[in-house]
Amino acid sequence: MKMHMVQAINNCLFQEMERDESILVMGEDVGVDGGVFRVTDGLYDKFGRERVIDTPLSEAGIVGTALGMATLGLRPVAEIQFQGFVFNAYHHLVQHAARLRNRTRGKFTVPMVVRMPYSGNVNALEHHSESMESPFIHIPGLIVLCPASPYDAKGLLASALKAKDPVMFFEPKRLYRAFKEDVPEERYEIPIGKASVLREGSDLTLVSWGAMTYVSSKAVEKAEENGISVEQIDLRSLSPCDYETIHESVKKTGRCVVVHEAVKTLGFGAEISARIMEKDLLRLEAPVKRVTGWDITIPYPKTEEYFFPDEKRILEGIEETVNF
Amino acid sequence: MPVKKVFEGSVDYIQILDKNGKVDEELEPDISKDVLDKLYRHMVTARTWDKKCLALQRTGRMYTYAPLVGQEATIIGTGMAADKTDWIFPSYRESYLYHMRGIPLSQINISWMGWEKGLQIDPEYRTFPYAIPIGTQLPYATGGAYSMKMKGEKSAVISFGGDGSTSEGEFHDALNFAGVLETPNVFIISNNHYAISVPRKWQTKSETLAQKALAYGLKGIQADGNDVLAVYRLVKESARRAREENKPTVLELVTYRMGMHTTSDDPKKYRSEEEVEYWKKRDPIDRFRIYLENKGIWSEDYEKEVNEGAKQKVEDAVKEAEEFKGDPKEMFNHVLADMTKNLEEQKKEAFKK
Repeated sequence: MKMHMVQAINNCLFQEMERDESILVMGEDVGVDGGVFRVTDGLYDKFGRERVIDTPLSEAGIVGTALGMATLGLRPVAEIQFQGFVFNAYHHLVQHAARLRNRTRGKFTVPMVVRMPYSGNVNALEHHSESMESPFIHIPGLIVLCPASPYDAKGLLASALKAKDPVMFFEPKRLYRAFKEDVPEERYEIPIGKASVLREGSDLTLVSWGAMTYVSSKAVEKAEENGISVEQIDLRSLSPCDYETIHESVKKTGRCVVVHEAVKTLGFGAEISARIMEKDLLRLEAPVKRVTGWDITIPYPKTEEYFFPDEKRILEGIEETVNF
Repeated sequence: MPVKKVFEGSVDYIQILDKNGKVDEELEPDISKDVLDKLYRHMVTARTWDKKCLALQRTGRMYTYAPLVGQEATIIGTGMAADKTDWIFPSYRESYLYHMRGIPLSQINISWMGWEKGLQIDPEYRTFPYAIPIGTQLPYATGGAYSMKMKGEKSAVISFGGDGSTSEGEFHDALNFAGVLETPNVFIISNNHYAISVPRKWQTKSETLAQKALAYGLKGIQADGNDVLAVYRLVKESARRAREENKPTVLELVTYRMGMHTTSDDPKKYRSEEEVEYWKKRDPIDRFRIYLENKGIWSEDYEKEVNEGAKQKVEDAVKEAEEFKGDPKEMFNHVLADMTKNLEEQKKEAFKK
């Protein structure tokens, strides 16, 4: 069935809640309203208030309560309405969700999923366009997933709902309704920690995730038209990260461009670039290029287009690297 | 339009055993001799253990420690009142509770001696690992209570926080969510009058901490936290109310931290000797001893036997804990359920010969 990402995630939540009655959904406006992006539409009618909870308006309260639920036998899917607001709950995620397994040597675990729309360039209000993956990838003990397609969104969320550790599930809101693709009705899982090679190529490796994979694909098409053979990798799982697939590809191509919409400094591109330098230095034909958001606060809608990497900037990055 | 009163509320203060050991017979709970004996033994053991821990820290045999002296009634009263099927979410000040829940005393020492292994506690004991940040356990207790309710387990979730914790956002979140979600919680506030050096009066202008419960639609009760009979009775009643009616309660237990916050601070800097003397006269163990004597349980011989037993127990626990030796390599093993390739490589690098 053709679905866009909102439908795919919604479909997954329905299926998973039917499969496992310990799963519940909680957050602001997720129940009666079906979520501000309609991701949880219909769940309230089907599963009721006990399992689809419109919570008080407190991100820290949502994640804190979810953490307690998870440790004592439930499997909550907590929604943070926009990633820009997650930092009220960051304390719980960093200080406890990420550490509880370790500090109890495996006796207490936090099998919960925290879903949140991220990404920008959709003319949203301030604090609604963040791409804050780095602060979460930085924390040992958290799993960080970021799908770039409806198919991957459903399969990754299904895996997240069987994971034994806390999962941060970043949904690129820019892609929520950007395109539809075939998504199987039946349940399937996409393994956590495994990147997807979208296209094989020999001149250059392009690494991205989430909304930037969609934009990068367009740039890659152009590059191919210009005679550059690009191997395109969509990470899907940011932590754990499938560095092996990146290394294998770079060994073959000798060139790499990393694209992300988060700011450049200490963005995940820095880590990927460092890892390539550590392992593949003698294979490199050019420096690893990062095409990213600038090191500034994301501008208001009138000028936000200057901030986000677009097809043109990505294509320039590819050409610059190939022609180095 | 006439002015209408839209809210009225009040908070009761309860004391059953006064500072001189005189009991209010109307409020006196019916406690078996066996339980009275256990209450006393645990209070004495807790104090003996606490003293030992302080000595261990002062001689470099243990790391930073948060003494419990003065707060025995809040800890032991709760530990005895809770059912085995209830959950307890302690703060670091109540670590003795793990022992009351069936975990060897030596394991708690192992935790304070710097090994993660100390908190490797099986969930079957229904005691949540204590947290070092202030008040974070409170919303977890609310979520945990929601789990108990959803799973149809008739279990109360009893959490601890100090007077300082009531200033944290977590306190608000926990009570607010508990009210809305109607969870089986008992939120104990151990008001020991100090958050490190900051006195209770500088935490909030609120006259009592218990009254904060009313704003969330919960019941709030204040009690003498150095009166183990009051603690026992109120925790029993609140836990029953939680289990059977899904009604959360806030219990402010007014006590006093006789020692320092942790072994890293000196209370002389921020409080007077007169104040400490005032609270010494309200000691939880002294008054309970008089009560037990009147009940025909306490005698000089009994005291001797209880003290010797406690001392032996503590010495054995410390000996066992000091013999413990963990495996440093374990630090890589529990980051996630499944070890990543990245961590495998780092582990190898960290422990290469």
